[in-house]
Amino acid sequence: MTACNAAAAGSGARVGMAATQAQALIPGLDVRDADPHGDAEALDRLALWAMHRYAPVCQADPPDGLAIDVTGAAHLQGGEPALLRDLAARLQGVGVTSRGVVGPTLGAAHAVARFRADQSLIADDGVDAALSPLPLEALRLPADLPVGLRRMGFERIGDVAHRPRAPLQLRFGAELGRRLDQAYGRSGEPLIPVEAPETPRVERVFAEPIGAPETLARYAGALAEALCGQLETRGLGARRLDWLCYRVDNRIEAVRVGLAQPVRDVRRLTRLLTDKIETIAPGFGIDRMTLAASAAEPLNWRPAAARLGAEVAPDVSMLVDTLANRIGADRLYRLSPVESDVPERSTRKVAPLSAPTGVSWTPDWPRPTRLFRKPEPIETIALLPDNPPTHFTWRGVRRRIRRADGPERIFGEWGRRDAEMRAVRDYFQVEDDAGERFWLFRAGDGEDATTGSQAWFIHGRFG
Amino acid sequence: MPAARSAHFEDLRAKVRALEQADRRAVGVLPFEVARLDAALPGGGLALGALHEVAGGGDDAVGGAAAALFAAGIVARLPGPVLWCITRPDLFAPALSHAGLGPDRVIYVEAGDEKALMACFEEGLRHGGLAGVVCETSRLTMTASRRLQLAAEASGVIGLAVRRWRRAAEAADFGQPTAAATRWRVSAEPSAPLPVPGIGRARWRIELMRCRGADAADFILDACDETGRLALPAELARRSVAPPVGRRRAAA
Repeated sequence: MTACNAAAAGSGARVGMAATQAQALIPGLDVRDADPHGDAEALDRLALWAMHRYAPVCQADPPDGLAIDVTGAAHLQGGEPALLRDLAARLQGVGVTSRGVVGPTLGAAHAVARFRADQSLIADDGVDAALSPLPLEALRLPADLPVGLRRMGFERIGDVAHRPRAPLQLRFGAELGRRLDQAYGRSGEPLIPVEAPETPRVERVFAEPIGAPETLARYAGALAEALCGQLETRGLGARRLDWLCYRVDNRIEAVRVGLAQPVRDVRRLTRLLTDKIETIAPGFGIDRMTLAASAAEPLNWRPAAARLGAEVAPDVSMLVDTLANRIGADRLYRLSPVESDVPERSTRKVAPLSAPTGVSWTPDWPRPTRLFRKPEPIETIALLPDNPPTHFTWRGVRRRIRRADGPERIFGEWGRRDAEMRAVRDYFQVEDDAGERFWLFRAGDGEDATTGSQAWFIHGRFG
Repeated sequence: MPAARSAHFEDLRAKVRALEQADRRAVGVLPFEVARLDAALPGGGLALGALHEVAGGGDDAVGGAAAALFAAGIVARLPGPVLWCITRPDLFAPALSHAGLGPDRVIYVEAGDEKALMACFEEGLRHGGLAGVVCETSRLTMTASRRLQLAAEASGVIGLAVRRWRRAAEAADFGQPTAAATRWRVSAEPSAPLPVPGIGRARWRIELMRCRGADAADFILDACDETGRLALPAELARRSVAPPVGRRRAAA
């Protein structure tokens, strides 16, 4: 038996058992033939998916692991915990049970993911604390080494980690020390990035390592030019660039650049790459660079204006790309109308370069310039059921209302949530003595208690 | 003699203007189409290819509603897409569309910190294909504003810094000098009473606090209409009260 699910394990099945023994132990056990080749292929596909989704440097870690270098890539998902949550949720969605850990070294993350259920983030200075209590198997050693170490009285990683190295090495060979160093980050462990064979890719190897930003910029331009040549012959435009710089100490510095539209303009690609040079730490130098268009789409030239003398719409895609690569693509958007009367739901974020719809919000109803994220409760004096308040107190300031307009009654959207079945809000636009205008509402219609609490809130400011 | 002297001054002024605009693209001005306001501005309107500062007065220094709408009214009257840089996502897009700035024209940039915000603002100004760039910020240093002003001059795009602070006390920062071409303060004024219950068009006190090449002035004007235009209040224009025009309102 090479693997079993949680239910089988709960009934007593163990990896390494003979299949017949497991069948005898558990009636009705579903036994399938192991397919190591298929598993490895599936893991490679998963690594490729992770490369597209999360970070340019991903590696399948057989038999059951996936290593992702999230350096400089986690913030695009909203930080490391958010990245782990997203990864777990997506794997869950396709029926894969997973355990994810982010750590300063691959060795530490590997160990904690498999041997501790209570930790998913390892701080840079927390490697020792995280690893010490773990059994020796967590170090990725050959199967017989932990047995031998146990015989000598070493039970946990903490027991061997701080021992003098020489006697251990004499007795058990270099492997133990190497794995310890990898886990503690004393020696590097390069990932071999997974790559799809059909990806347009160019490479440059340097006889002398390079490191100066100007040199990097020059070769970024050279790579972009070569890549654009490849894209041109295939009629493609890049939607995403992965620029990998292999350092002499075997670490990979990865830069990922996204584009809102397919592009194969050397100048634009070079500009986007050179914007990111400050994130590359060249260390002792870079001796190899690859540039790949890991996502590419068909791109065919078309005339910019259909008629002579026609007004050419300004092209803002370059600006959008530059900004998106600086602050993250999800923080650049347009707001488009949604068919909903509830103000919070009347806007929707769409991609900045999505096609204009020509649809706008109805101009008939006043809407405030600033809409508060959460309506704030206010104290009011108002006549029920449908008069505007005469006074209200907000954030400790009492304001007398001089003029008011309303109510604009907005009904809950029962189609979305059951709780809104009978909910009603009555909105009033009011102006105080100084001329400042506010958007107030009463939860409920002023008569029927099932429509709301009849409390007053302020929801926005008019300009 | 006074005539000769004033001619001499005019000559000098023209020379200074030529010096100032040596490496600037001649892009002209955007008139407000309110005679009194345009007369107070050099060139008869708001200079394009320059940085302008707008802040709200009173409570609006924190709320930032009138100032944002004033800025929206300006960029709405220029053709092309608009970049709007924000840090707090509380701007309500339907209101901008009511001021003439439709949803297809505005690209929002939500920058995390001031540094990224200024970088986005400057990048937008340098691009040159936009109608204008609006940036909501609390801090605007001399160095930053000079960079922005130079970027705007090079591309001919108008830059509007909507100054908005977290606390009312911080609004004193608005007195600090910057390289912006003009500085405006927009505050709410009580609107004209309607003959029926309800609310009429909002009214603003618009203060031109500082303007390169012109004197400070202040105006009381009706707020932006559906096309982003300001207007002289009807009673101040010495006309009879205009019949209620514009949008249909909810009946009280």
